[in-house]
Amino acid sequence: MSLPPQLRKISPTVWELPITYKEGMRVPARIIAPESLLAGMEAGVFDQAANVACLPGILNYSYCMPDGHWGYGFPIGGVAAFDPATGVISPGGIGFDINCGMRLCLTTLTEEEVRPRIRELVDELFFAIPTGVGCTGFVRCSRRTFRRVIERGSRWCLENGYATPEDLEMTEEGGCFEGADADACSDKSIERGYDQIGTLGSGNHYCEIQVARPENIFDEATARAFGITIPNQVMIMFHCGSRGFGHQVASDYLQSFLKVMTTKYGIKFYDRELACAPFRSPEGQAYFAAMKCAANMGFANRQVILHRIREVFSRVFRRSPEDLGMRMVYDVAHNTAKLENHLIDGEQREVLVHRKGATRSFGPGMPGIPDCYRETGQPVIIGGSMETGSYLLAGLSSAAPTFYTTAHGSGRTMSRHQAKKMVQGRKLLGEMEQRGIHVRTSSYGGLAEEAGLAYKDIDVVALATEEAGLSRRVAKLVPIGNIKG
Amino acid sequence: MPFRFHDDISTADVAFEAWGGTQEELFISSAAALLRTMAEAPEQVERRQELTIRLEHEELDLLLFSFLQELIFYKDARRLLLHADQVRIEERGGTFTLEAIVSGEEIDAVRHRPLVDVKAVTLHRFQVGYQGGVWKAAVVLDV
Repeated sequence: MSLPPQLRKISPTVWELPITYKEGMRVPARIIAPESLLAGMEAGVFDQAANVACLPGILNYSYCMPDGHWGYGFPIGGVAAFDPATGVISPGGIGFDINCGMRLCLTTLTEEEVRPRIRELVDELFFAIPTGVGCTGFVRCSRRTFRRVIERGSRWCLENGYATPEDLEMTEEGGCFEGADADACSDKSIERGYDQIGTLGSGNHYCEIQVARPENIFDEATARAFGITIPNQVMIMFHCGSRGFGHQVASDYLQSFLKVMTTKYGIKFYDRELACAPFRSPEGQAYFAAMKCAANMGFANRQVILHRIREVFSRVFRRSPEDLGMRMVYDVAHNTAKLENHLIDGEQREVLVHRKGATRSFGPGMPGIPDCYRETGQPVIIGGSMETGSYLLAGLSSAAPTFYTTAHGSGRTMSRHQAKKMVQGRKLLGEMEQRGIHVRTSSYGGLAEEAGLAYKDIDVVALATEEAGLSRRVAKLVPIGNIKG
Repeated sequence: MPFRFHDDISTADVAFEAWGGTQEELFISSAAALLRTMAEAPEQVERRQELTIRLEHEELDLLLFSFLQELIFYKDARRLLLHADQVRIEERGGTFTLEAIVSGEEIDAVRHRPLVDVKAVTLHRFQVGYQGGVWKAAVVLDV
């Protein structure tokens, strides 16, 4: 596609749309990508990044990460910080799947030990972790208990035997957003999600058994610090979010913001998906409190799934999870808004950072990351397609301009229907089996939609984040087993 | 079927256009497109349970938005896949009211061949309009 003529090259990985690109822009928009990825971005990405730049209280730049693609309101990969006093909060800057994120767990098993049991492992995982349309989880909890889950996140899991203290330490925000208020969530949102704890969902959500091969380690010292210490070490990575509860919270507030955005607060509409309210308004604060509940559901969901994964490995190998070294590397959220301190005009200030399909990337020595990662920077997990592999990276100090944010995935290049026209689910399953990736899915059609050819090259995206100084590659992890919804 | 999917509008998600001779037919065909998004074999969804949905809105397009959201809600809250059988829409004093009879059954992973969990209806390029004697809607679903 042709790029907007106003797009200016700032550096090989930074491209800028000036405020003259669109009437109403308060700051320029910056796309962080090498030319090869930039060329593949849809026109919508530039328009959406420009729309975000029009929102009140935006600071510095409206950003789009290297895996950016067209989204709703914000582009996917959109990042923006707002002045809490004069700025807004927008569900379109966070996404419908609030606290969708990635979790990575170590084992001390090697590929040689796991290969002979891969079918059994994948089959057991498939039964232990519900996947697919409208799936419900094994945690039987009342609506009342669910209100506690969404206020306490992984802390509830710890209190109920689904987590270890170390799991919480290895989770962004300690697995709980402070200030979550269940009263800010509709009965409908609770009804929609109270029985979905411990479920994967569908679409691009997955749970994968992966291998860190020696030839795919980019930085041995950091890999060691992250727990990768033996050749062909097996790890488990999974991707999911806050399920129906989070989706309903986002939909509820999108509609409630539409009613007040212009009539009550006089904010101009550029796109109804960018509905917003002043952060300090009653509506803005109510959404922030509800969004935190959804974020906590995301953490609790991933924590319970980890618990099930540990049970499966323990059963199959007849060894305890501790004996199998099943420790978390980290859990990262990629759809959130958070109050953080950043340098604005030479001054440290508290700002509200929206990250939509974008991962926090705190560098070495920064507060808010576990002590064991103070030297390395936080682990960053970028998921790729089920055929090609994923990346473990480390946060960098040089990511300061993007409010310490990097990419979150590889991003689609082909629509779901197009992929399904080109790929047959059953055939793909057989081909992946031949390439040594054992897959179980609840939908062959859904599997075809997630074929590797429908995604950008994850190697290019991961390298781009390194070239742009957003995060640095530590290891590429390749799949040998996968369950999909 | 009175709907078609569009590949060029949404790369990551699902976009469709639905149509009907009346507003009611448009709502029924939009519900059919939503069901087809979630299940490869919507014709296998048997009408074992019936529900009535009542909604109102000042805007017709947001009435459709709310109607589809309601069907998504039942997919998660009751695990129900639903056909829209009858829809009645009335406009009075600037407010549109809807009463819909919907019916279906709990998700069956074998018969219905589920495809993808729809998270939400988005307002991206969301449109309802009357053109050349036909009611049309453009809808993008987040999946």
